Amino acid sequence: MPATSENAQAIAANDALAVERTLAGERDAFRILVERHSRTVFRLAYRMTGNRQDAEEVVQEAFLRAYQNLARFAGTSNFGTWVYRIAANYAIDRMRHRKKEDARRVLHEPISEEGIQDDPMAKVEDAKPTPERLAQSRELRKQMEAALAALSHAERTAFVMRHWEGCGIEEISAVLKSSSSATKNTVFRAVQKLRQALQPFVGRGEQARAMGMES
Amino acid sequence: MKHMTEEELIAYLEGVASERTEIAGHLSRCTSCRTELKRIEAVLAALDTLPVPDPGEGYGRRVWQQIAPRLPERPSRWWQAWLEPKHLAAIGSLAAMVLVAFYIGRISKPVSPGNVTVSQEQVRERILVVAVGAHLGRTEMMLVELSNTEPRDRNQKQVNISAEQHRAQDLLEENRLYRQTALNEGDAQLASILDELERVLLDVAHSPDEVTPAQLEAIRQKIESRGILFKVRVVGKELQQRERTSAPAPAQNYSSKKERNKV
Repeated sequence: MPATSENAQAIAANDALAVERTLAGERDAFRILVERHSRTVFRLAYRMTGNRQDAEEVVQEAFLRAYQNLARFAGTSNFGTWVYRIAANYAIDRMRHRKKEDARRVLHEPISEEGIQDDPMAKVEDAKPTPERLAQSRELRKQMEAALAALSHAERTAFVMRHWEGCGIEEISAVLKSSSSATKNTVFRAVQKLRQALQPFVGRGEQARAMGMES
Repeated sequence: MKHMTEEELIAYLEGVASERTEIAGHLSRCTSCRTELKRIEAVLAALDTLPVPDPGEGYGRRVWQQIAPRLPERPSRWWQAWLEPKHLAAIGSLAAMVLVAFYIGRISKPVSPGNVTVSQEQVRERILVVAVGAHLGRTEMMLVELSNTEPRDRNQKQVNISAEQHRAQDLLEENRLYRQTALNEGDAQLASILDELERVLLDVAHSPDEVTPAQLEAIRQKIESRGILFKVRVVGKELQQRERTSAPAPAQNYSSKKERNKV
């Protein structure tokens, strides 16, 4: 649920206090920050790395780095944004090392029950879980994961941060260390590549739906 | 009617289009562009269905339990970060630059008050020359070593270039500093060469630790196709000459910059 601006301000003020107390030597004050921001950082990390194990490692590493560099943070932005950026940077490093393994995993990993519950076809009204429909949705999910894995690190970061996380172009530019126009271009390239890879499958799904409704 | 490009439609959907009102106006009139927009939307909507697993209740508490034993009692102070090895190298370079500046100040002739500004500029330029010369030497060495890296035998599937990659990361930080300084000093040609070098260093720094022989060959070809080693050598030699000249005349400076521009 998106935080209201008063909520966001209150959280930022509480965060600033927790940072101050941590810097004063009260290590447990950092716990408040970890507990408050872990889930948001996990969501970003999972979308960037594409697997839970790497995402959890990114979360831990991001908070470790944040703690080690807390004095440098010095309240220049809000803590949530700052740790989020650290996580995005570390996730890029992680993706670089795991790119090949991810691609292999996508091809061989069986679809979990959780995935079937989030079946894109199941969200269509009157959709019946026929074997054909199930096979198509599995295929579509596999293709979507493969298409995301095929993006460059910068493209995936730009897409995740903009499309799913709703980050501003300036914030993404800071992570990618590029200009605003270059970042916008990276977002475009990412969507264009995803579209090229997925349009045939999305089209097929629509056709299948049409056929399902007729029967 | 001129239709919207795919780039404009994607920028519109992602909320980064600068001409949002114009695009919206066009879409309200053009069926063809609306259909195209819906096709892109369908792909994005499908992607939105990809699940993110719920890390579970108490996830934050679990993260804290995992990292707490690894946290030092207090976060380090800002100056402690400068004692990390990669920053120590930068401090070393800075100290060397200060020493060189001091030495140049000692050996240079006293100047009349009217020449003070010119002399300070010369000193600054010489510091840059010495520091960049040394930086280019280190970069050249790394690039040569990388170019000469070979798989041990035909069957070796991965070549480890992590050493060169880490050196490239350190050199990249230095390179950015020198490029910015060259720009501030008005040496656009040197800044341009350093900018080109930065792209090569970025490529190497962002490569995986282990690459296949084919990937290694691709990196090598990138280095060769840009002729960067040649340029680094030419500029490095020129900087050495400038370093040897105790008081280069402005005319010499100008001609040397022009020469470099030809590279």
